[in-house]
Amino acid sequence: MKPAYIRVAAVTLLAGCCLAAAAAANEQSVELRPDAGRDAVEAHCAACHSLDYVLMNSPFPTAAQWDAEVAKMIKVFGAPIEDADARIIADYLKKNYGS
Amino acid sequence: MAAWSGVALAGAVPRRAAAIMATNLPKGLAAGTLNEAVLDALPGKKPLIKLSWRPPNYETPIEYFRQPITPNDAFFVRYHLSNIPEMDAATWQLAVGGEGAAGTVVFKLDDLKVMPPAEIIAVNQCAGNRRGLFLPHVTGVEWGDGAMGCAHWKGVRLKDLLNRVGVKKEAIEIVFEGADGPVTTETPKFVKSIPLWKAMEETTLVAFEMNGKPLPHFNGYPARLIVPGWTGTYWMKHLVSIRAITKPEQSFWMKSAYRIPVGLFPAAGHFASQETAVNTPITEMMVNSLITSHHHGAIVAGAAPLVIGGVAWDAGYGVDVVELSFDGGRSWQRAKLGEDLGRYAFRPFSLALTPGWKGRLTVLARASNRIGQTQTSQLIQNPAGYHNNMIQSLTIEVT
Repeated sequence: MKPAYIRVAAVTLLAGCCLAAAAAANEQSVELRPDAGRDAVEAHCAACHSLDYVLMNSPFPTAAQWDAEVAKMIKVFGAPIEDADARIIADYLKKNYGS
Repeated sequence: MAAWSGVALAGAVPRRAAAIMATNLPKGLAAGTLNEAVLDALPGKKPLIKLSWRPPNYETPIEYFRQPITPNDAFFVRYHLSNIPEMDAATWQLAVGGEGAAGTVVFKLDDLKVMPPAEIIAVNQCAGNRRGLFLPHVTGVEWGDGAMGCAHWKGVRLKDLLNRVGVKKEAIEIVFEGADGPVTTETPKFVKSIPLWKAMEETTLVAFEMNGKPLPHFNGYPARLIVPGWTGTYWMKHLVSIRAITKPEQSFWMKSAYRIPVGLFPAAGHFASQETAVNTPITEMMVNSLITSHHHGAIVAGAAPLVIGGVAWDAGYGVDVVELSFDGGRSWQRAKLGEDLGRYAFRPFSLALTPGWKGRLTVLARASNRIGQTQTSQLIQNPAGYHNNMIQSLTIEVT
């Protein structure tokens, strides 16, 4: 089960747009592997996109590629993620969805 | 929202196997892609192959390419960013201006509808179509074969809009923005430009009709840009702003994304103002084809006539030859070409044979165009996985 606050956050972000809100409901079927760091991935990454982006891009990225993806989300797409959380997220992705 | 009908997967079937059965995606995709892909219907759409929920990225099952025109409700859906507003045609406005224009004119949909009409049948293909089939895999939306479609677009010529406003002689690019955007202001908005010469071509349109109907919401309602021959990245949806500029557009989506190494792919139409020493914006589509009559692993009876068919397309030079090989590329047979709907359209092809034996039949398809370009036998590697036009190999089990 995902923490309830994630669902609330996703729905609040998309409130006012019924097409997107419907997508938010549907994407709850996406289930990341339970492991240390999953909460950080769900809290930060799902702010802008559904988590099937992670699963779709697996298990082929190398450790360096997952590092680069996380860095791109922060530096290029402006995701407000602190360095400590970025490391936790990258470690989780490498361990669970890397090659 | 009754239209949201994600297809439930049977619990007893492993998810990956179920996904392949449901979507018939090529098995060369990554395991994670095959696991996540499901058939799902967006509002106003038939069940398409969902690759991501938010933003929505859905590809068209290949059955819909058995005809040269792709139905509106089966046309693929591609968004980069998740903030997608509902559009109201009655209040929609399109501002045409910019520092490279003589002024600004705001057009409403009714204004466009009284201008000289223009129409074209053209393929819209995502630059990353078949990205998921790159080996080694490349990150991004892991498209199979269906990030494309061909439709009859109707609207007005972009050059007619620009001429109404007046373009300064210093203008070099035309910039486009849609109503959709990012979730946070820190994320670069999806902004694209094309060179002035391409903007002024007769075939570059602002379309408000698709196959005789208003555009579906998820294909850019109420109006989108049509850039025949060029990859889908320029075909801005939910178009609200057109600007002429005198210096190259600097947005992330031009300077960093959608670029290919210089000299790697043939393209007659250059985008000189955006080109660097090492890379250049992706522009023209590469000549390509897809067998649509059969899925990989299809089972057919050997005694019966077998018709292999599909569609071929290119950047508008016109496909003039499609060949099939049944011996791994040692010999090739010309397929019969179907109706010619114009040089930017899908060109159907077919070839009939009666195998008369049992076993595995491997079919290769290779399209060539009027300027002698042909599909490649080996994948041309590039960082973002664009322009996959490698010759397709499909196996059919003859019983």
